[in-house]
Amino acid sequence: MLEQSYYLKADEIIERYGKQAKSLIPIMQDIQEEYRYLPGELLTYVAEKIGITKAKAYSVATFYENFSFEPKGKYVIKVCDGTACHVRKSVPVKEALFRELGLSAAKHTTDDMLFTVETVSCLGACGLAPTMMVNEEVHPAMTPEKAISLIQELRKKEGTQ
Amino acid sequence: MIENKEKLMSVRKEAENRLSSYDCRILVCSGTGCIATGSQKIYERFAEIAQETPGVTVEFGPHDADAHVGVKKTGCQGVCELGPLVRIQKGDNVIQYTKVKQEDCQEIFEKSVCSDEVIERLLYKKGEKTYKRPEDIPFIAKQTRVVLKNCGKFDAESLDEYIASGGFQALSKAMFEMSPEAVVNEVDKSGIRGRGGGGFPTGKKWKQVAAQAEKTRYVVCNGDEGDPGAFMDGSVMEGDPYRLIEGMMLAAYAVCARDGYIYVRAEYPMSVARLKHAITVLEEAGLLGDHILGTDFCFHLHINRGAGAFVCGEGSALTASIEGKRGMPRVKPPRTVDKGLWEKPTVLNNVETYANIPEIILRGADWYRSIGTEGSPGTKTFSLTGSIENTGLIEVPMGTTLREIIFDIGGGLKKGAAFKAAQIGGPSGGCLTEKHLDIPLDFDSVKKYGAIVGSGGLVVMDENTCMVEVARFFMSFTQRESCGKCGPCRIGTKRMLEILDKITEGKGELEDLETLEKTAKFVKERSLCGLGKSAPLPVLSTLKNFREEYIEHISEHKCRAHVCKAMQAYVIDPEKCKGCTKCARNCPVNAISGNKKEAHTIDASKCIKCGTCKDNCPFGAIDIQ
Repeated sequence: MLEQSYYLKADEIIERYGKQAKSLIPIMQDIQEEYRYLPGELLTYVAEKIGITKAKAYSVATFYENFSFEPKGKYVIKVCDGTACHVRKSVPVKEALFRELGLSAAKHTTDDMLFTVETVSCLGACGLAPTMMVNEEVHPAMTPEKAISLIQELRKKEGTQ
Repeated sequence: MIENKEKLMSVRKEAENRLSSYDCRILVCSGTGCIATGSQKIYERFAEIAQETPGVTVEFGPHDADAHVGVKKTGCQGVCELGPLVRIQKGDNVIQYTKVKQEDCQEIFEKSVCSDEVIERLLYKKGEKTYKRPEDIPFIAKQTRVVLKNCGKFDAESLDEYIASGGFQALSKAMFEMSPEAVVNEVDKSGIRGRGGGGFPTGKKWKQVAAQAEKTRYVVCNGDEGDPGAFMDGSVMEGDPYRLIEGMMLAAYAVCARDGYIYVRAEYPMSVARLKHAITVLEEAGLLGDHILGTDFCFHLHINRGAGAFVCGEGSALTASIEGKRGMPRVKPPRTVDKGLWEKPTVLNNVETYANIPEIILRGADWYRSIGTEGSPGTKTFSLTGSIENTGLIEVPMGTTLREIIFDIGGGLKKGAAFKAAQIGGPSGGCLTEKHLDIPLDFDSVKKYGAIVGSGGLVVMDENTCMVEVARFFMSFTQRESCGKCGPCRIGTKRMLEILDKITEGKGELEDLETLEKTAKFVKERSLCGLGKSAPLPVLSTLKNFREEYIEHISEHKCRAHVCKAMQAYVIDPEKCKGCTKCARNCPVNAISGNKKEAHTIDASKCIKCGTCKDNCPFGAIDIQ
């Protein structure tokens, strides 16, 4: 069971878009922005509030890649593997991050909940390929070395190293 | 509040006067690219310096009547790779500075803002030559800018500046001098075709919606620019949001719609922010909402953010997503023009198409037809990326050749490498090769060669790119993004990916090529929507143009670009190796051996090709063969 504050927050967000079926996606987006994931309990709650079935809400949430039922790390790193980044060698950047953080294609988040590494298909900064985004900030012209030193910097900032 | 036509005219006059009253404007590029290289800090630094300088009145963002110097954030200035970009504008005199650092700001302010000196080292350079004015830089000089007219020149968030540059004149002309039918006819006459990739005539689409018996109609903008390697639409939404909105308003006027939706992909937070801002400003000014300019025309505009599904770029999937459903395409007919959003007749065009409309209405169909080719009039934006000297956002007349784009505008390949292919149209497109360099790029010509103009992603590839791996890369993208509704796409893309995986892993057989080709053709013919129908194009075009590379992978276990890992071997150059033992210590599988201060060797049977040794060798002694 989630804390009461979650439901209050959900009420506030539902209010923003109105209790109707078409509001489902924006409501889920705002909840995820708030908590960095979409808690299943809240999704059920939202479905009931806006008058759609639980099954319908889950069918929509699972269809779109952006929604995650798993909590994400404090720093969500999106490595761009769009065409422009791919031909300018984005894969070694991702592999370096995986090695440094002990992650893989199956395990996206570090155990200390600090880092999540994902691949995305284009951040729209192709002129500066390869790029990656840490939370909302785009980092240009990445190399495996630059990626690793960025991780070390963030760790230092968090006092875990 | 701009309540009528006369007010719009007077606002324009005032805005023009204000704009010309500045002594100087500091235009800091705030496109996604330049923000990534730190342009926000440059903007803040200029703001700081300007405030600290006595005797200079500065304006940031909103208008200040006494200001002499304006510090403004613009949309994409074009040469993204040389960012952060800054322009210093004094009347018609403009200096383009590149790679500006925070420590350069003071000098720029003293020399180029307060005085008229030019700082040579920050200018755009090509060989020995430097360029001061942006329009002289070959990259920009050879373009024709219609859609990107204002991009990089104006404050993207300022309605004032948009109006001063002629904004909303087209809307005013349409509303007071033209009937809705006349607007539809003008667009039809211009011959503009949908810039989202399909190339369907826009006027025809509008005509079909206008002719519907159902009176509730919608105008929807597809800003779900999902093709990896494409950022044109994002740049328009960020750099000139009012132009896009004016285009949508013209569409709404033409087909008598009262509501519009812009669907923007989730990865473009800046586009969402700029559009939201623009909508709020327009609502406050009375240019969006009820009784626009004192007439019966009412138009309300809404923004929907995508949620990471590529297939939502397809029309019926996009409208389903706005309705709050799974974004899955449906069988057509009925088409979007008959039953689109909420089953109502809907005009659905992409960002670039709408952004063209104001100029067409203002300057007329004949003017528009004078640009581009007979069958594909107008210009096209491309995002030029990959192995090319000048990466960035460009706009050229339809029918420009690949050679002109790559060599004249793009400055040729990076480090003078040899041109291998240009991938055009993203994952739904194909590869063009050396022999296609001189074909005119327009909707019909490109199609003949097994590619599409698509939305405008243009990725240049040199000999370090493995074409089989490129095909595999695109297939893994479309396979992942297939919505799963129809069998040919869901199963076919998976089977094709398996074969491509097998070949790039060095386990391919020659029969695979036949199966691959057969499956590709099947998926192309039988899929439900555009995603599936076009998914096999990268495979078919690489098979056609680079078949020998597929055969090399299979028969000789050779990847000539040294990209496919299974065919790589890491070797240590004994001449360069100093025996520092770093690689041996770092190797996760103990595949490297050797005595201290002697050349080391890699045991190929143990090596997992992770690349750690190469990444960390201080002498660059490790190579891939």
